Formats: sequence, structure tokens, C-alpha cells
Amino acid sequence: MARRTGHGATPRRRQRRSGGWAQRLVPRTRRRRDRPRSRRAPPAPLLYLLRHGQAAARALAWARSAPVHSLLTAAVVGIALALPAVFMLALANAERVAGGWGAGAPRISLFLEQDAGTETLQRRADAIAERPGVAGVEPITPEEALAAFRADSGLDAALELLDENPLPPVLVVTVEPSLSPSEVSRLADRLAGTEAIARMRLDQAWVERLHAILALAERALWSTGALLALAVVLVVGNTIRLTIESRREEVEIVKLIGGSNGLVRRPFLYEGLGYGLLGGGIAWGLTGLGRWSLAGPAERLAEAYGTAFTLSGLGLGNGLLLLLIGAGLGVLGAWTAVARHLAAIEPR
Amino acid sequence: MIRLDRVSKRYQQAGRDGLRGVSLAVGEGELVFVTGHSGAGKSTLLRLIPRLERPSGGRVLVGGVDVGQLPRRKVPLLRQRVGVTFQDHRLLADRTVFGNVALPLEIAGIPRREAARRVRAALDKVGLLGKEGAYPVTLSGGEQQRAGIARAVVNRPPVLLADEPTGNLDPGLSDEIMRLFTAFTGIGTTVLVATHDMGLVDRLGHRTLSLREGELVADRPAREAA
Repeated sequence: MARRTGHGATPRRRQRRSGGWAQRLVPRTRRRRDRPRSRRAPPAPLLYLLRHGQAAARALAWARSAPVHSLLTAAVVGIALALPAVFMLALANAERVAGGWGAGAPRISLFLEQDAGTETLQRRADAIAERPGVAGVEPITPEEALAAFRADSGLDAALELLDENPLPPVLVVTVEPSLSPSEVSRLADRLAGTEAIARMRLDQAWVERLHAILALAERALWSTGALLALAVVLVVGNTIRLTIESRREEVEIVKLIGGSNGLVRRPFLYEGLGYGLLGGGIAWGLTGLGRWSLAGPAERLAEAYGTAFTLSGLGLGNGLLLLLIGAGLGVLGAWTAVARHLAAIEPR
Repeated sequence: MIRLDRVSKRYQQAGRDGLRGVSLAVGEGELVFVTGHSGAGKSTLLRLIPRLERPSGGRVLVGGVDVGQLPRRKVPLLRQRVGVTFQDHRLLADRTVFGNVALPLEIAGIPRREAARRVRAALDKVGLLGKEGAYPVTLSGGEQQRAGIARAVVNRPPVLLADEPTGNLDPGLSDEIMRLFTAFTGIGTTVLVATHDMGLVDRLGHRTLSLREGELVADRPAREAA
């Protein structure tokens, strides 16, 4: 400005130029290069990016001026996000294990009398296979059953002690998948009353129960997840509220010299975003840590059951999703605080 | 440039009038003193222009725009065009002098290099070039005052409002600052200076508006010599 005087711009010249400057309050495109370009800056992409960069830098500077508080907030966010994430992982793993058992049509196990021979077994199998609603019948002789049991249970030594095979011949009946649970149980009851069948077991109830339990757990996961998400929003919102309080003077001054609400708001939103992202990262780390610490025991457990099973982790996709959720909740929390408290600050 | 049309301002909570039916017009490139005792309405008058307050009655026109009717989202644009200096400086404690003065340019989105050039020019004008890296708390009252002035003028606003700009300055500096303000009028800036320093007012002989209890009691035109 001083320079201009030096160059001897006359009042008149200036007058012509600045005449009707206030019309710039109304959108207008024409602009002189040497004028402050602020007035009605249409956010050119570069300028826009610059402003966001400035806001982010400002948020970072604020966070660094209170590092302990900022880290605590991020840690709380991280833990709140880690809880549902761990829960979800546990559920996913449980479903994976259960999936092996529960999939497909229900099966009816028919235990024949102990002394029924192979011939009877085969005859009964053929007869039952003819019945409506039966998809297939698999006869299992006592010898086959013992061999399978040996392989699966790991109780070799104990089985060696037995003088004779205690297992009865079995017919495993696969039911048509179209049958409803009640039809399946009626069919099972009818089969149980036929010739040479000693006992019947329908492997349906416990599968149903398991699935009901998993569904319940899933529902519980969603509701705890929602509550914890709410907690994240509130925690971030509260932190941002405190930042707004401590930056009251700055907000006033920026508004005073023409900072728009958007400009004033942005650093706070970035602060919320930062807490969310950092919290999401912490949550990701925590689930990884949890999986690592449980991997050994889980493997030993699986080994004890004679199956190969490894705990699955979040994976890249879900990890990024966790970050995204954290970021979203952080911004949302910041927004609630900003909407409530920032508008109330008007310059004195 | 600035026109007040029977403007009144009543403070509901305090139950007193800030201004009562004030009408006046200030042209482009004019430097006008606003004088009066504290509570006479000087500050109220100044606060109406960048819409820090809205008039209770009448119209305030800045550059032909009725600021009382300005939609909220346009208020920032008005404030970017009106430079204000405050009695209590209102500098940000966590920014250096340079950072404080650069703030309006940042808001306006001026590129950094251009901004730095203008900030230095403004600081040079108020004699604070050597203090650009200092934080406001380390400055004297007069230096803070001058930093505030540099911030108000750095964006070359068409309107400059100064509330007791020389309150903390010794006479030599006061004159220096007033010369600076006068120089701005030379490039078309309209300057309103609220002061109760009658010595300064008399010495410089600019147009002077006198307020008493919210009413405009005198409008003395500028002396030819000034």
C-alpha cells in the first residue's frame, strides 16, 4: 500500500478503480491483478487446496500445543473403535468355525441295533432312500465309524483298550433342503419308528441354537457398535468444544477481520478428522495386537480338536474401513461441537 | 463511501442508547476524526460499519451497500474490506507479529510470497520490521498498537477504522501514525479515527465529528491548511 503512494497514484485514479467496490459483495467476475484478490474469490482448486492445507496445519499446531490431551482423546477413540472391531473379528471367526457344521441340509442320524449286520444296514439304507423327503442315505458300518473316530478324536490309546467295537452301525440320512424344520423332525420321528432302528438323533436343534446365538451376538455387536460410535462422537465433540473455548479469542479475531464461518470451522473439523484417523489407527493396531496374542492359544485349541484353524485378522480392507469409520465419526463429532458452539461466538 | 441515515442503536440489555438519530456522510479518501467522551457513541459508530453491531434504526451504507441488511454470509466480505484497529489490539498470542499481520492475507488467500512482501511493507510502514519474529506479549503497548495497525492496513482496505490508535503512543509516534493514515487517504482509503486526544485533532485539523450522548453535536470541516 505504501508503495502505491510512492508511485504517486492519484486519488482520482484510485477512485475510479475502487468505485463501487462494495458491489463485490455481489458476485462479479472482473478482477484486477493488482488488487487484493480476496473479495469474491471463486475457490480455484488450488486456492481451495491451499486453504484446506492451512486449516489442517492449524489443527495440527493446536493439537501439538496440547499433546497429552490430544493423544488421550485419540486413545479413547481408538479403544472405543477397537472394542466392536475385536468383537466383530471374534464373531467372524466363530462363524467360520460354525460354518463347517451348520451348512447344508439337516441330517438325521439313525443308530441301528448293535447286532444288526452289514446286510441289514444296507437293506435299511435302500429302503429309507426310497422315502419322500430323503435326499440321500449314507450307511456307516461300525468299523468305518471306529476308524473315523480314531482319526478325529485323537483318543487312539484309549480305544486300544477296548475289546470290541462299541459303536453301532449308523445311517446318516440327508434331508431335502426344501423341508422346513418341523417337517424334518416329523420325518425323523417316522424313521425312528421303523425296523431295526434303536435310536435316532436329529442334528438340527443345536445347529439352530448355534445360529440363533450367532445372530444374537451379531445383533449385540451392532448395538454395542452403535453405542461406541456415539461415544466416539461425544468424546471428539467434547474435545473440540474445549478447543473452541480455548481458541475463543482467535475465532473472534478471525471473524473480525473477515474470516468466513467456513474458514473458522475448518481447522476444528480437521482436528476431529485427526482424532478419528489416529483413533482408527490405534484400533487397528489393538486388534492386530489382540490377534497376535491369541494366535498361539487358538492354534493349540484347534490342534486339540484335531482341526487346522488360524484366527483371521482384519485384513487391509477392513482396516481401512476402520480408519474411514474413525475419520467419519471424528468429523461428525467435531461438527456437532462446531455447530453448537462456534456460531455463538461473535466478535465483540 | 460511508453514509449513516438517522441511525440509532439501543442496547437492550444495558437499557441505554449508543446512538440517537445520527446522519452523516464520509466521502472516499476522507480522513475524519470522531471525538467525544467515553460513552458518547464513538465506538458504537465504528462498530456499526463492519457490522459488529446492527443498527436498531436507520441505515448504515458502506460503499452503497446497506450493511444492516447484508446477509450473514456476506458479512465476512464486508469485514475484509474494512480494516479495523482496536484499543486492546486483539492480536493472537500464539502467532508472531508477522503471523498476525499476515492473517488477513491468509484469509483472502493471497499466495505466500506475495503475502510476505505485503506484510513486510506494512510492518515497515509502522516501524516494526525488526520485530516481525517477536510474539505480541514481548512487545510494548505501543508496538502492539502498531502491529494492530499493520494488520488493519495490510490488505489495503478501502475503509479503515481506528479506535484510539494513538492511545498508547508517545506524541512523536502518534504523529507518525497519523501521517500514515493521511497517506492512505492519498490512495483513496476512507479513514475514521475515534479519539479523545483533542490536541491531536486540533493539531492536524482534519474534519471532525463530535458526539455527545449518542448524538452528533458538531461536524467541523477540515481546515484548508490540512
